[in-house]
Order: sequence, then structure tokens, then C-alpha cells
Amino acid sequence: MDDNKRTTTKIQELTYELRIKDVMTKNIETVGSKMHVSHLRDILYDKRISGVPVAKDNKLIGIISIEDFIKCLEQNELDTLIEDKMTKNVKTLYADEPLVHAVMKFEKYGFGRFPVISRKDKKLVGIITKSDIIKGVLKKLETAYHDEEERRYRASHIFNDVVADEIFFKFQYYVEGKNFDRAGEAATGLKKTLYRLGLSPEIVRRAAISTYEAEINIVAFTKGGKIIAYLEPHQIRIVITDKGPGIPDIEKALKPGFSTAPGWVRELGFGAGMGLPNIKNFADKMTLKSTVEKGTRLEITVKLSDYRNED
Amino acid sequence: MINLKDIVQKLDLKVVSGNLDREVSAGYASDLLSDVIANAQKDNIWITLQIHLNIVAVANLQELAGIILVNGREPEESTLKKAEQENIPILLTELPTFEIVGKLYELGIHGTQ
Repeated sequence: MDDNKRTTTKIQELTYELRIKDVMTKNIETVGSKMHVSHLRDILYDKRISGVPVAKDNKLIGIISIEDFIKCLEQNELDTLIEDKMTKNVKTLYADEPLVHAVMKFEKYGFGRFPVISRKDKKLVGIITKSDIIKGVLKKLETAYHDEEERRYRASHIFNDVVADEIFFKFQYYVEGKNFDRAGEAATGLKKTLYRLGLSPEIVRRAAISTYEAEINIVAFTKGGKIIAYLEPHQIRIVITDKGPGIPDIEKALKPGFSTAPGWVRELGFGAGMGLPNIKNFADKMTLKSTVEKGTRLEITVKLSDYRNED
Repeated sequence: MINLKDIVQKLDLKVVSGNLDREVSAGYASDLLSDVIANAQKDNIWITLQIHLNIVAVANLQELAGIILVNGREPEESTLKKAEQENIPILLTELPTFEIVGKLYELGIHGTQ
């Protein structure tokens, strides 16, 4: 179920990401309109294709399919001209359209193929069939899969590849004061990083949520600051420092529901007086030191009780 | 468990972002972000009138199933962009919180307790 869910989304994503020109067949056979239908036999049979665009000076003027050829064969009309038997109002796609447009057109018209033309000079540049789409998506999926494998390899094997008695990582994030548009970026970044290093989801969540609350405090109350996360052998230690103004009464600040947040912060849904209490809840340890006018230093520890269990 | 897609259909919600192929474990309604962080749980549907960018960060951190914005409120443009980026479903309703929570309850979505 989970797997199914992921593939569906990934493929949908890919059909938006890929362009038609990425998957179409480029070296295509074309025929001229003044050729005889009989001429198609060799092309269709030899190349094992089911339809051929009819072109004049690289411009598409029609399309003729194996079905058209068979009809002519049945009615003994192999010596008529292709232009009399071809489909003239051909539905086409532009080379730079996302692949999903092709998917939708196939669904809508039920045709076997669409000629692809360039948007700029309307010249015929390729042809796309359903099997081109499948091949293109599979190829892209394979590449994505390899990238993912490689990334995972890198992340989780760092611990095995690095030779040291103990390994420490340090991740540093800068947080702007008063800018709520970027609030949360540090916490989200740390979350992604810790996941990639193979830490358990529960540990990552607790570290990320604590970091988020601290980050919001920097944004709401200070002139800016930084967050440094240390990944140590048995714990994540997150040190948050800012440039002031500092907290006059720490005991009060730690009380659930106590807040000094100004109106504009409250309007955004912050300032409930729950930030520091939340951190206390999610972290294993929290120490807060503050000097008025100078700044505040908050240290959060989350223990890795199940550290590297996934190895 | 009920799927987000079913909820959207049954309650006639407008989808503005995210993939609906997600199961919803329970619901949580609050307009205080820290409260949501403290009390909502993974895969919850969150009902709020906040439309600011940070609702996406909260949903992302808590791994919520989706966000329902009430009273016909539309997300800010930056919120929408972030939600697309992080694949967080945002759903809109004209109803106020009390009514939409009641309807969710009727569908069998209960609270976190």
C-alpha cells in the first residue's frame, strides 16, 4: 500500500518533470505526399513501425498508418498517392511540453502516436508513442532510484567509512530576526539532514520540533541568531544563541502560557506561551541562560537511545 | 482509517495543494501553532484559520495528513508555494471550525484522545 502510494506520486511527478523531447523518438522515418501507398510496405515492415508522418521540407503535412495501408491493400489501391489516403488534420505535440500533456492526449484521442513539432519553427522533430512514454518514465525512475541508493549509501555509511574513535557532526543554521517568511527553514533543514543520516523518525521529530520552537523564538523576539546542532555519539545537542535583547525573568518565561509576544506575532498564531514548555517536553534536557541586552543561549539535548539501530 | 480523498469528496472541500492519497488518523483543531506542535499527532488532519506560511512548517514537522482552512480563508501565496514544495495538502471550506469539525466527526474522524 505504502509502496504503491509512493510510485503513483513519483510517476505523476515524473510526467510533469519530463519533457516530450526527452522521451520521443528522434530519428524518424518520413514519407513524401507524392509517393505511392505501396512504398509504405518497406518502411512499415522493415522498421516495424505502425505509422509514418508525411512531411514536406521538414514540415508535417499528414500522417499515414498501417491501418490506412491495410485498407488500400484490401481495395487494391496500392498505387494511389499517399496524400489521398493520409490523415491531414494531424494532432501534434510540442517538443517542450511536459510529458503529462502527451499522456492526456493519448487518453483523449486514443491514437497510437503523435508527431512532435518544435514550437519555434513548427518543424517535425520526432514522434511519440505510448511505449516511448513508458520507456522514458522507467529510465528516469531508474536514474532516480540509483541516485537515491547512492545518497543512502553515502549517508548511512559515513559512520563505517570514517575512521575515528568517535564521530561528531556539526550543522549550523542562521536565523533572521523578525522574518517569519523564513521561520522554520532551519528546523526543516535539520530534520531532512538527520533523516538522511539514518536516525529514527521519533528522534528526528523531537529534535526538529524543539529546534522549530527555538527558531520561532529567535524570529519573534530577537535581532537574529544561529542554531548549531551537534550530532554526537549518543545524543543530539542543539545550541541556539541570539544577539539579544535577552530574557529578564527566565523562571516566568518557562511558565506555560506566559508570553511577551507582541500583537503581530500573536496574529500569526504564535505567542501562546508554549514554546519553551514545548521544548522542555520534547527534549531530554534543556538549559537556558540569558543576559538582558546581550542575548540568550538555549541548549537542547535529545538522547539517541536507539542510535544507528537501522544499520 | 479514512482517506483524505474521501474526506474531500464527502465534505466538498476545495483542494489547493498536496497529494490526497493519505490516511487520516484523527483530527486536531487549533489556531495556536505551538499548541498544535504540543498536541497534534502524526497523520492528524488539522483544522485552523491561520493561513500564514508557518502552518506548512508545523504540518511538515508533525507529519500531519493535511490542513483544513475554515471560514472561506485562502492561504497566502507563499504558504501555497511552500505547501506545494513540501507536498502538504491544504483544503478549503466555507464552514467555520465548529461545523466542519462536526462533519468530520460524523465521518468517523475523532480527536486524538
